[in-house]
Amino acid sequence: MSSRISREDVAHVAHLARLALSDAEIDLFAGQLAAVLEHAEDVAALDTSGVAPTAHPLPVRNVLRPDEPGSCLDREEVLAQAPQAEDGRFRVPRILGEEP
Amino acid sequence: MTGATGPGGGRAGREASAVDLAEAVRSGTRSAREVLEEHLEIVGVREPEIHAFNLVLADEARAEADAVDAAVAAGRDPGPLAGVPVALKDNLCTRGVPTTCSSRILEGWRPPYDATAVSRLRAAGAVVVGKTNLDEFAMGSSTENSAFGPTRNPHDPSRVPGGSSGGSAAAVAAGFAALALGSDTGGSIRQPAALCGVVGAKPTYGLVSRYGLVAFASSLDQIGPFARTVEDAAALMEVIAGHDPADSTSLAAPPPSLREALELGVEGLRLGVVTELMDGVEPEAAAAVQQAAAALEGLGAKVGEVSVPAAVYGLSAYYLIAPAEASSNLARYDGVRYGLRTDAADITAMFSETRAAGFGPEVKRRIMLGTYALSAGYYDAYYGQAQRVRTLIIRDFEEAYRGFDALLAPTTPGPAFELGAKTQDPLAMYMSDVCTIPSNLTGQPAMSVPWWPADQALPLGVQVMAPPLGEAVMFRVGAAVEAASPPAGGVEAASPPAGGVEAASQPAGGVEAASPPKAGGG
Repeated sequence: MSSRISREDVAHVAHLARLALSDAEIDLFAGQLAAVLEHAEDVAALDTSGVAPTAHPLPVRNVLRPDEPGSCLDREEVLAQAPQAEDGRFRVPRILGEEP
Repeated sequence: MTGATGPGGGRAGREASAVDLAEAVRSGTRSAREVLEEHLEIVGVREPEIHAFNLVLADEARAEADAVDAAVAAGRDPGPLAGVPVALKDNLCTRGVPTTCSSRILEGWRPPYDATAVSRLRAAGAVVVGKTNLDEFAMGSSTENSAFGPTRNPHDPSRVPGGSSGGSAAAVAAGFAALALGSDTGGSIRQPAALCGVVGAKPTYGLVSRYGLVAFASSLDQIGPFARTVEDAAALMEVIAGHDPADSTSLAAPPPSLREALELGVEGLRLGVVTELMDGVEPEAAAAVQQAAAALEGLGAKVGEVSVPAAVYGLSAYYLIAPAEASSNLARYDGVRYGLRTDAADITAMFSETRAAGFGPEVKRRIMLGTYALSAGYYDAYYGQAQRVRTLIIRDFEEAYRGFDALLAPTTPGPAFELGAKTQDPLAMYMSDVCTIPSNLTGQPAMSVPWWPADQALPLGVQVMAPPLGEAVMFRVGAAVEAASPPAGGVEAASPPAGGVEAASQPAGGVEAASPPKAGGG
């Protein structure tokens, strides 16, 4: 297993991604991510100086429309899909650091 | 014994095509309801073994079929796909009907709208028979990464159907539906089409609206057709393609007219076999392309070899770009607006616990990989570099199309593998997409056409690629590959004794060919 990705790296990335991983998952992903990134070394090693990155396969341009009211999804129908809703809004647990 | 495993035994040759079914329903010679019931009977017999569907919509489909029949009776035209049973990959939103992406995190979710491709199907008179299984959020190449269990290959249930649209491919191969929709981010239509012996096409990026397709990697995702014939795939493409203001990446190009192109043949077309995509595949996969190329040459095409050097970097670039986009797209599954929520003391813990409980291992792996590739200190080395390599791949394909009208390659490195064969080794699984990924990176259209010599136990696919918006030439070549493919004739004569036994277990009036004998004779 490559030592390139430590358990600490994996735990940090898991935190960024908001994924609560078990110790076993952290060990597993440390090895597997290293293997995939090792395979990507051929790409990382290529000389691409002067090559522009492609974010989108075909030319696209900004899409504008007249600023006129249109139809949208029904609020009640959308809120009915939420785990919790209250007073026409999504309800969530307390935000970190706030007093309950 | 070759017939036991050959195309005659495996292909659903006796079934009416979708185009023929629609014609019969429109003209009133067959009812949509009768067509539907035939398909539902086959579902009843084989679905418990195959598990192509997350949800069969029998009652809803009956109502839709009856509405089609009522339209015909009233003298109205229900549309070009009148009464054709279609299956939808379960990452396409269907209003009021569960859309799971085969993930626990979308448990209970019923979308408040239809995907544009689904609306177009309904408007064309198609009848939706069900939502098909997939690798969770379309991440996988075998349909084993489903929260609801794997789908099995109708030609050999010990093998995978491919993925991620394995349920749609299996549904068409088994005769559960005449047509199906899938989505293709790195080969997720073409690879399962090849492994299940059906036609599958990934359109030019932007030709089919992505509105209502649950996003995986937004610069790569495209919806496309599965069918048993190239003509059926073209008919379905004509229905779903076209500009949609609800998708900001939808092309303004007019919907292509494909079916008339099928008649043109390949005489004079310049076809290039891509050297880099022939390297490293199993001998039978390379042989299929060589045989197809020789046959096309016999039909008057000018066939040569062409090098697309940067194509070899496709897999590596893809497995940085796609996870990066996925990690961003899947941030929305946070337990706030829909689906699963795991209660926790504060909102950050609720996010992390919900995502831990709702996502399966492959999705977590890709979110981790993508988040890593986008994180501070690595962004340019991995994600930025992959995007520059994407430019190189696009340039090399553009160069190839200066000398050739369309390109040929294997669809997959080999035939369907056994369930479990690659689940412990993510990289080995990722390699399944090595021949299909380049077309997602370039945005060009590509399709897989079945190639199943009589001496092979399992089907393979020949892949046809064309320049962006080159669907017409791609389908032209696809039709010629289909016509040249090893004889589908003698379907009945080729049915082996084992097939006869299985066929006998089909309900009377069922479509026997839909229950192909197990390859290898069982």
